[in-house]
Amino acid sequence: MFAYLVRRLFLMLVTLFGISVVIFFLLRIVPGNIVDILFAAAGYVDPADKANLEKELGIDQPLIVQYWHWISGFLRGDFGYSYVSEKPALQEILPRIPITARLAGLALLFSASIGIPLGVISAVKQGTRLDYGLRVVSLSGLSLPSFWLGLLILTASVAMFGQMPIFNPNPQTWLEAFATYAVPAAAVGFRSAALTMRITRSSMLEVLRQDYIRTARAKGASDAAVNYQHALKNAILPVITVIGIEAAFLIGGLIVTETVFNIPGVARFLVEAIRWRDYPIVQNLVMLIAVVVVSANFIVDMLYAVFDPRIRYTD
Amino acid sequence: MRSVWALAVVAALSVLTASTTTLAGEPKQGGILRIYHRDSPANASILEGATYSVNVPFMGVFNNLVIYDQHKAQNSPDSIKPELAESWSWSGDNKKLTFKLRQGVKWHDGKPFTSADVKCSFDLLMGKSQQKLRQNPRKTWYEQVNDVTPNGDFEVSFDLKRPQPSLLAMLASGYTPVYPCHVSPAEMRTHPIGTGPFKFVEFKANESIKLARNPDYWRKGLPHLDGVEYTIITNRSTAILAFVAGKFDMTFPTHITIPLLKDIKSQAPNATCVVEPTNVSTNIIVNSTAPPFDNIDIRRAMAMALDRKAFVDILFEGQADVGGTMLPPPQGIWGMPKDKLATIPGYGPDVNANREEAKKLMQKAGYGPDKHLAVKVSTRNLAEYRDPAVILIDQLKSIYIDGELDVVETANWFPKVARKDYMLGLNLTGNSVDDPDQSFYENYSCGSERNYTNYCNKEIEKLFDAQSQETDVNKRKQLVWEIDKKLQEDVARPIIFHARAGSCWQPYVKGVTIMSNSSYNGFRYEDVWMDK
Repeated sequence: MFAYLVRRLFLMLVTLFGISVVIFFLLRIVPGNIVDILFAAAGYVDPADKANLEKELGIDQPLIVQYWHWISGFLRGDFGYSYVSEKPALQEILPRIPITARLAGLALLFSASIGIPLGVISAVKQGTRLDYGLRVVSLSGLSLPSFWLGLLILTASVAMFGQMPIFNPNPQTWLEAFATYAVPAAAVGFRSAALTMRITRSSMLEVLRQDYIRTARAKGASDAAVNYQHALKNAILPVITVIGIEAAFLIGGLIVTETVFNIPGVARFLVEAIRWRDYPIVQNLVMLIAVVVVSANFIVDMLYAVFDPRIRYTD
Repeated sequence: MRSVWALAVVAALSVLTASTTTLAGEPKQGGILRIYHRDSPANASILEGATYSVNVPFMGVFNNLVIYDQHKAQNSPDSIKPELAESWSWSGDNKKLTFKLRQGVKWHDGKPFTSADVKCSFDLLMGKSQQKLRQNPRKTWYEQVNDVTPNGDFEVSFDLKRPQPSLLAMLASGYTPVYPCHVSPAEMRTHPIGTGPFKFVEFKANESIKLARNPDYWRKGLPHLDGVEYTIITNRSTAILAFVAGKFDMTFPTHITIPLLKDIKSQAPNATCVVEPTNVSTNIIVNSTAPPFDNIDIRRAMAMALDRKAFVDILFEGQADVGGTMLPPPQGIWGMPKDKLATIPGYGPDVNANREEAKKLMQKAGYGPDKHLAVKVSTRNLAEYRDPAVILIDQLKSIYIDGELDVVETANWFPKVARKDYMLGLNLTGNSVDDPDQSFYENYSCGSERNYTNYCNKEIEKLFDAQSQETDVNKRKQLVWEIDKKLQEDVARPIIFHARAGSCWQPYVKGVTIMSNSSYNGFRYEDVWMDK
């Protein structure tokens, strides 16, 4: 197990190194840099001013030098300065992380707490009206884009109540915090919940057909015991995998949701930073996200062993 | 006797009415004006900015030497008022403009304002300072200024190479705040210090901009507001919904399109909304350095094929203006009158007749029903660029031109235009001051960096200078119309239309004036107040 852990950690480092190279060079391949954008916005370009600004920002140096400056800084925890705001990149990124983390956490919680029970119900009640109803809900969850759902929620709340949930950066109470995050989390988590529901349902259906479930029923175990203790425990593995993968993909949905609900999180910030070609923000933020995703994958793999005693990692 | 009594009653009533009006209109102190902001500006430095995303939130931090009257919708030479300058005077030969400065004015950090600050600011703008602006988009405004000379602490003179009466208009623009000498341009980008009614508090990129009342403002009793807060909301639908739901007191100025204005009026019927021109023209930039548009016939044919009314009807439900380079009257001061405009090829009301003429020109150039000209119409990936580009492509079909839309990301737009890597471009040109010097020299003079098409006509250059030196407004107008007509006939940068846009605020917001011929000059907000 220890050797396996060491090998996985080494592979994680190799993956992160590869990601750093890809991020850095992809960003440089995209046409235009911050200086081009600033001058494009100004509607003129003075070659001398442009050269001065490129020198000031260090983007006139050879790419390999720029890469070394960045990656060595990243490893030291020195994220450099945002080209746009001229503030330390870390100072710009850090306050936004908890906002997105809370939103993502709540969305995943929403996804699991809605998706798993409804998936179980749908499987247990297979072929009933309830099953069909839940399947329609899950299908709509997969079909509705989160930006559309978000706008629908906002429009409906304004039209019906004359009110609109708007982001409160400093909630004073739990209730305020919940009011701030619940609606956008539901909007972004609806798709994940639908996916979780579908996976839970199909996984449960497969397990419910197994011999040991029949045996459990024959021994007189209650429905609840059969469904939740025997079946769900064995059906949960693919669900965990999906939730883990969804955690990684959530950033895509969050970009849109943060824009629609005007939440100043890292997801929207990342898109803005890409628009400005604010390399220090984009590179460091993507690396941080990569670290989270790679770590999440690692944790999911480890959770397999916790949930399924048959899985034991060895050399 | 009866008439005396009647007179007395009328007099008493009118006094009562007047006093009631005064009481109801008495500005109240306090409150934070909440406005959504459409975009996160690159920084807080107005001198380096080239978008009203910077002007709107930060204009209140500063003062100019002179300023357009903030409560007259139409900026004009007559509406220029003193601000940091108490008065101004021209020398007899109109080559020296002297300002007497206000005394006792302090910067937000407590340091005194003097003539040295004026010199520093204009040295920065003229590129004479040791310190440099990262960008200096309006350097051309001061090309006729030889030097700015302080005469003691409270007088300053602008020495000109030749008379340029429009200098005062440039100085009155929201783009011309006076900066302090003791704060570097870099600091002004992140933490601007001004003398204005509001102090800078905080700017969080993509999040918010906060200003607070300057308690030591030199205009005693102002501002009325305790502060102004801008919440940055890039999604227009979300922003408008938040305004409708009462989360904001005001929309971002001139951010509401004409179709969206209907939504607001239906959902928030009490809101006050106005529609004004933005002095932003939608135009075509033509690459006349390469075939096929190096052929003047094809350029003229293209300009003659335009059905400007169709653009205005489709995009603005009829609420936009057709004109030449200068914003058309009545809102524009310098635009050509309708009868003169109609004499320019392509501006006549009979679109079919214009297009028949255009077809003849195309046939002369070797194109016709059996041989269409294929062109790419490049434009930025923004709705206000893409939508008219699509209509343009549709209209060009009528004269044997098959257009293909080439959407370009903002980052690549200007480099692409600069290296002449385009055939036709659908472009927007914002004029920050409704003055011919600003428009002509920036966009059409030989060698200007914003003259994207490199249009260069030495004869017209002479006329540029002639109108620029003319002190008689009526004579100057005649010259400006002549120039504008020639620019359209030369297809220098065919103007399609001048946009209009809406601004809305809640009924309790008082004292807001949206400028009718500029989107850049009306955001001091020192006497805006809230009746609640």
